[in-house]
Amino acid sequence: MGLLSDPQCRRALARLLLRLNTPLCVLSYLAGLTWFLLLPALAPRTYLSENAMGSTMVGEGSDLGPRALALARDFGAHKRKVGGMPVEWLEQTMFQLGLEVHRQPFSRTLPFPDEAHERYLVRGTNVFGVLRAPRAASTEALLLLVPGSEGSKNNQAVGLLLALAGYCRGQVYWAKDLIFLVTEHDLLGTQAWLEAYHDVNLTGIHSGGVPGRAGAIQAALALELSSDVLTSVDVAVEGLNGQVPNLDLLTLFHSFCLKSGLLCTFQGKLPPPEGPSGPGYAQSLRTMGLMVLGQAGGGPGGAHGLFLRFRIEALTLRGINSFRQHKFHLGALGRTLEGMFRKLNNLLERLHQSYFLYLLPSLSRFVSIGSYMPALGLLLLVLVLRSDEGEGDPPPEEARGGLLWLLPPILVSGGAGAALYLLPVRGQAVATQHFPVGEAEAVVLALIGIYVAGMALPHSTHRWVRGCPTRGWMTLKLLALLALALLLTCLALLNFSLGFLLGATLVPPAAAVRPGGSRLPLAILLVLTTPGLSLFLAVLLERELLEAPAGLGEAWQRFLGALGQGLLQEHLHGAHLSPLLCLGAYPCWLLLWNVLFWK
Amino acid sequence: MTQAGCVRWRRQRQCWQVSHYRLFPKALGRLVAALGVRELHLALTQGFWRTRYWGQPPLQAPAGAELWVWFQPTVTDVDKAWKELSNILSGIFCASLNFIDSTNTVIPTASFKPLGLANGTDHHLLRYAVLPREVVCTENLTPWKKLLPCGSKAGLAVLLKAERLFHSSYHSQAVHIRPICRDASCLAVSWELRQTLTVVFDFFSSGQGKKDWSLFKMFSRTLTDTCPLASQSKVYVDISPKNKEKELLEVSPPPTSVHEAIVQGEKKTYAVYDLLSPLLFNTSRSLNVQLKWKRPQDSSEMPIPTLHAQRYVAGYGLQTGEICTLIYNTHPYRAFPVILLETVPWYLRLYVHTLTIITKGKENKPSYIHYQPAQDRRRPHLLEMLIQLPANSVTKITIQFERALLKWTEYPPDPNHGFYVGSSVLSALVPSVTAMKDMDVEQSPLFASLFPSSDGSSYFVRLYTEPLLVNLPTPDFSMPYNVICLTCTVVAVCYGSFYNLLTRTFHVEEPSRGGLAKRLANVIRKFRGVPPL
Repeated sequence: MGLLSDPQCRRALARLLLRLNTPLCVLSYLAGLTWFLLLPALAPRTYLSENAMGSTMVGEGSDLGPRALALARDFGAHKRKVGGMPVEWLEQTMFQLGLEVHRQPFSRTLPFPDEAHERYLVRGTNVFGVLRAPRAASTEALLLLVPGSEGSKNNQAVGLLLALAGYCRGQVYWAKDLIFLVTEHDLLGTQAWLEAYHDVNLTGIHSGGVPGRAGAIQAALALELSSDVLTSVDVAVEGLNGQVPNLDLLTLFHSFCLKSGLLCTFQGKLPPPEGPSGPGYAQSLRTMGLMVLGQAGGGPGGAHGLFLRFRIEALTLRGINSFRQHKFHLGALGRTLEGMFRKLNNLLERLHQSYFLYLLPSLSRFVSIGSYMPALGLLLLVLVLRSDEGEGDPPPEEARGGLLWLLPPILVSGGAGAALYLLPVRGQAVATQHFPVGEAEAVVLALIGIYVAGMALPHSTHRWVRGCPTRGWMTLKLLALLALALLLTCLALLNFSLGFLLGATLVPPAAAVRPGGSRLPLAILLVLTTPGLSLFLAVLLERELLEAPAGLGEAWQRFLGALGQGLLQEHLHGAHLSPLLCLGAYPCWLLLWNVLFWK
Repeated sequence: MTQAGCVRWRRQRQCWQVSHYRLFPKALGRLVAALGVRELHLALTQGFWRTRYWGQPPLQAPAGAELWVWFQPTVTDVDKAWKELSNILSGIFCASLNFIDSTNTVIPTASFKPLGLANGTDHHLLRYAVLPREVVCTENLTPWKKLLPCGSKAGLAVLLKAERLFHSSYHSQAVHIRPICRDASCLAVSWELRQTLTVVFDFFSSGQGKKDWSLFKMFSRTLTDTCPLASQSKVYVDISPKNKEKELLEVSPPPTSVHEAIVQGEKKTYAVYDLLSPLLFNTSRSLNVQLKWKRPQDSSEMPIPTLHAQRYVAGYGLQTGEICTLIYNTHPYRAFPVILLETVPWYLRLYVHTLTIITKGKENKPSYIHYQPAQDRRRPHLLEMLIQLPANSVTKITIQFERALLKWTEYPPDPNHGFYVGSSVLSALVPSVTAMKDMDVEQSPLFASLFPSSDGSSYFVRLYTEPLLVNLPTPDFSMPYNVICLTCTVVAVCYGSFYNLLTRTFHVEEPSRGGLAKRLANVIRKFRGVPPL
């Protein structure tokens, strides 16, 4: 630190930083991106940290296949007959299996109609059975969940759940209670049940209480399965707001995949062949890209995603039936579930040994927080380097007059963000009265409208700016850079993926923007990296990574759907993406836009 | 699905000074005399009695270990005697009762009354503690069996084989010592030692859904003889018809007699096998009581007990939480009061102002409330309330708490398992549905006579709720090394340099000219002893 206390050195350092500012910024940005792209190649293998699950051997003795199919058929028949969830039948069946059965009704009015799922006023009933562990005082529990849906979706999963419940009831080794839960209206029911179980109300859902409890839930598995045979099992980890379960749970699943020979995929992709070969790297990068996109979206990647907030480690297992030749019976999946529950049953403490923050380039490899953080750190360095850009110049005389002139641009961009956040949902009634559109459409169109209209604001703010110094844009830009750096730093800790994507798009225009000169290329760059357009590009990129590229028209439809879903998820589950973008990223971007059109 | 088998013994001995040890175990007798114990109740339990589904328990105990003791008024230092007592009992029963200390001991004011003869109820002579984490197993059963006069060699106790008893859903063994009247005139006092064992067997999986049972199936033993020292040795089988229909079950062999009694507000019919009666062992040498249901029961709708409760932790996250207790009164038209005793460890900081009691949407004001706040590392919270439960109602009692951050040495080896909060205790005089006659105590079965019945219209019930498992904010214990390294580096580098920057005075030095030559000259001048240039 002699470097800083020596005024000469300090001056030399500052001069160097100022002189090489632009190359350093470019270098730092490129280094950040490269670091990120190299992550899949350098990822270590996953390993099981939890001793209680690692060394203990469990044998899986169940053969649930035929039983599960029969129960699934029964369930399907009763579902058709009732025209919804066959609550009575489920209760009866669970009771006969020897479980303690409870039901939990709930109802919810969505803020605006959900067009993807075609629902607005939702009323449903969750049914769950508790297998009480002998000689335990119901202080801990494990949970198996099937999110019930419309139609014949997930019937087989319910069958497998019931068959597994029947099998587990006959076993003597349970040390934790097992909860078998079938929810109605998939995630809505799950959210209602979770809130009722923890006796909190986070999303304004109306639900009856949970009459039977089993203590602290240690881990949960959600099961989605809609076919009698399956070719592979896909696992989903991304939860609400980018949370992921403890890595040990995923490793446990992977180890059972290897043991039972079941074909297991992550993001629909098999682990790539070992070795530093080209295609392996490309596939890892695709898989990680998909995970980053999914995590950045902040929506729950399955019913398990809602459990993570309550510190319940959870995974979703999806049975896939594709065109592969080799098919597995339900019994194979049943044995995997049984084995996982037996190992989780052995847990002495809740899962805490392994990583809570990681990215997955494949099912068998992981990137820990220590490896991926520098990528975002290098992006943030650009903002810091850029913020002392003006330091070398003599301070403008007028700046001492006060900073009151800064208020209008800040207030206006903040106000635009608030309007973007509040108006679409609040004002849907007004919109539907005056325009011939449905409520859901009105919300999405209002969102886009306000977003675009916000871009016209710099012109109106200049009218109110009084006593502004000539080089005032520098102060404004400094403010925008600091706000952006603050936002990204917070995001880096909460949801790395979202932070990195926002950083990768917003940092270059933030660093480059300045008024005067040729405005057009900068304006194009800014428009291209606006959070709204980034979202659209992310939709395109996701289809590309899934190897199912979408045309512009289809992508536009998906983009509109994503906007609606993003707003709904905030109200239904408490997702943070839309408030973050509306109140954080968008005002930041408007400030930069303001700088560009500074007069 | 379940059957509760209960076995009880009683023996009586001379008053305050225990002097004859023909039946009374010497270890306990000397303990009682030496430490001035008036009444002692110890229960070791594994599992949880599910009142809602299994019905009112004959004698419930909280999961883990429970100990409550009334001392004689002559005892001067009750705390010291209590400490000594728990340590000795710990040795006798091979249980971790030595972990009872001031942080988990409370002095309830209303919930626990002496059950035996008492001429004073100064609650300062009472101590109560629960260890919810205690695991009960064979090593606790063996010393308990040794207290019996015949050990486990003869009599009913031959059934008590550990490998069967612990293959069950619920296991609770208890020891109750109290002074009682020797006869009806009550001129002399006897000591009573009562050992109870409650076991719930689950035959759901092994019986293919049928609920038939036999002694052999449960204990893999049959009864062959009685303990020669016993004056009474009986097996009671509850054969009361569930609904007014014809009898659905049959017991074999035919019982020696049928006894009708009103136990806990319900009319019960018991098939009694008197092992001392010579008729019983006439036909076969061993007795294997069997119970068969005549037709399979489609829905085993147990009548819901009048009083039952549920407790849980609400909320999420590691900062705050809420303890919720739901108390159900299912009596169709009678309201009755209940005393609730909550003991909460100090590391959950209760916010007493958030205590709310809601019945049927309205606030329910407790008529008696006794609260003793916790002191960090010294004593737990104690909350006792007398709450009126209206007929056919659910009462929700909530109280918020904050989770304390412990010192790093205070965490157990498995901190991420969570911390236990012991069961809360509900004591109530529950109005009975059927009117009770005053029964002759001698006539009634032993298991019905521990709690005194106040009058004919109600009966005493003590219930325990579930223990809770609460997570506290836990540091990552693999981190200290990293933390120490990081902190030291940060302190050394940042603090040192910033302190330097802030305290030093800077003045710009004129750059020296002719650097190398001057330095050389200075070196030479130094050798010559001349001041430098």
